[in-house]
Amino acid sequence: MIELNNVSKTYYSKASGNKLGAVHALKNASLHVPKGTIHGVIGLSGAGKSTLIRCVNLLERPTEGSVTVNGQEMTRLNAQELNQARHRIGMIFQHFNLLTTRNVFDNVALPLELMGRSKKAIRERVLPLLELVGLNDKTHQFPAQLSGGQKQRVAIARALASEPAVLLCDEATSALDPQTTGSILELLRDINQTLGITILLITHEMEVVKSICHRVSLISDGELVENAVVGDFFTAPRTQLGREFLNDFLQLAPPKELVDRLQETPSDTTHPIVRLTFSGDAVSTPVISQLARECGVDVSILQAKVESIQERTLGLMIAELLGTSEQTQQAMHYLESQKLQVEVLGHVQRDD
Amino acid sequence: MSSAMIDLILQATLDTLYMVGVSGLISTLLGVPLGVMLYVTRPRQILTMPILNQVLGIVTNIGRSIPFIILMVAIIPFTRMLVGTSIGINAAVVPLTIAAIPFVARLVEGALNELSPGLIESAQAMGATPWQIIRKVLLPEARGGIITGLTITLVTLVSYSAMAGAVGGGGLGDLGIRYGYNRFNPTIMLITVVILVVMVQGFQSLGDYLVRKSDRK
Repeated sequence: MIELNNVSKTYYSKASGNKLGAVHALKNASLHVPKGTIHGVIGLSGAGKSTLIRCVNLLERPTEGSVTVNGQEMTRLNAQELNQARHRIGMIFQHFNLLTTRNVFDNVALPLELMGRSKKAIRERVLPLLELVGLNDKTHQFPAQLSGGQKQRVAIARALASEPAVLLCDEATSALDPQTTGSILELLRDINQTLGITILLITHEMEVVKSICHRVSLISDGELVENAVVGDFFTAPRTQLGREFLNDFLQLAPPKELVDRLQETPSDTTHPIVRLTFSGDAVSTPVISQLARECGVDVSILQAKVESIQERTLGLMIAELLGTSEQTQQAMHYLESQKLQVEVLGHVQRDD
Repeated sequence: MSSAMIDLILQATLDTLYMVGVSGLISTLLGVPLGVMLYVTRPRQILTMPILNQVLGIVTNIGRSIPFIILMVAIIPFTRMLVGTSIGINAAVVPLTIAAIPFVARLVEGALNELSPGLIESAQAMGATPWQIIRKVLLPEARGGIITGLTITLVTLVSYSAMAGAVGGGGLGDLGIRYGYNRFNPTIMLITVVILVVMVQGFQSLGDYLVRKSDRK
């Protein structure tokens, strides 16, 4: 439904003197979002998320590469065709961008007016939409009288007015409190399920990805560095940045005083610190007690957490393995033979 | 005060209102589009035309930088061509309008500047054409700011019209100078000033009222 092929976007600015300074906001990004799915793009500020999503409806014209939406190659359309194509792509924004001088009804009616629909057709379309987003009692209110969540609901209704096949969400929940975020995400999921609309969203919040996305891409410095099913991304991110996002989300990083004591290479007088990630069957296996019995090591759990990510359960643990170096070596082998992921964070000196 | 004097004051008041009204109306009709053009033809705007933008900018600045009293005299041939005379209230309307157009344009541009760029972006995402964006988004959303600008323009025109009186333009300024100043009649001077103050207050209140009505923020 949405297809980006090697899309690059470079901004040129007059930097020093007359030399052109080039900023590569997007580098060779390729992305495929199948019909009816919700795809999230996550990244830090300035990573190129906004540029990426704006390249889909050509609010930003890519410097290189092609963009296809709904079977139409957007990059080849003339101005008039592009406007027609944009009627089939809804978009919502972090700051809602509602017209302050129009009431709720007229805001939702705007895209239909732009398409030249009759008053009657507009009425017949707008009222059910307001019902869908739960604002049928606010028809004649002005945006200034609404809360942030209600404003975003108006924006969603407005984006849906022209019956788009695709909805782009530009940090749609970033300006909202956690509770409102939850209800807006629920609404987006409903829309995806009942109307079959394909959704591409960008965000910096793992929570958003976790609650509604099917697939996720990680963007860093203008490049899409990781692309995975959400369950996989949350259990085994492949990149360092992915792990950082995950740790940040799970708030599972080794305590600071431990990090300070960590050394990279083991010696006779050190214990390994490991991070174990359990997913699937491993969650219900009593790994730790087996480890103690089979290898004779003691396990000191420093941190642990269980999360459910959509239909999957994810267990995470940071632990110190206490024993002689042969024992801990054996323990590592044992852990690796189990269905779980082991990452050695480092080694700490024995206290005794 | 003689009834002839009262007639004179009444006539002068109407003349001032006429000059301000007609020049205000024409400068709005021409200045608002010019202000919109200044805004939309900028780099990275919906109708980017850098050269046109610079030309319009320079012309506007020239118009804004010429002192009104000089402008009035300098364009006498043009005024004569347009209205057939260089004295009287119709002749005064021409320089007043020409001075007010760039003034209105810059104020309109300023009002548009205040709008969030996100509004244009979301309209573009909806597939709006530049003309639709101007008509359905920019002008309605900037309406409060534009009315504020037009109010400032009217008030400025009242004081400019008094200057027009200095070259035989008629109106309250003319009356004040000829009867109040040249003939040492402080009563007339005071009356003209009071009428001007009331007029400005009136315009300001009307403008404020319209801004309040159109602003939903």
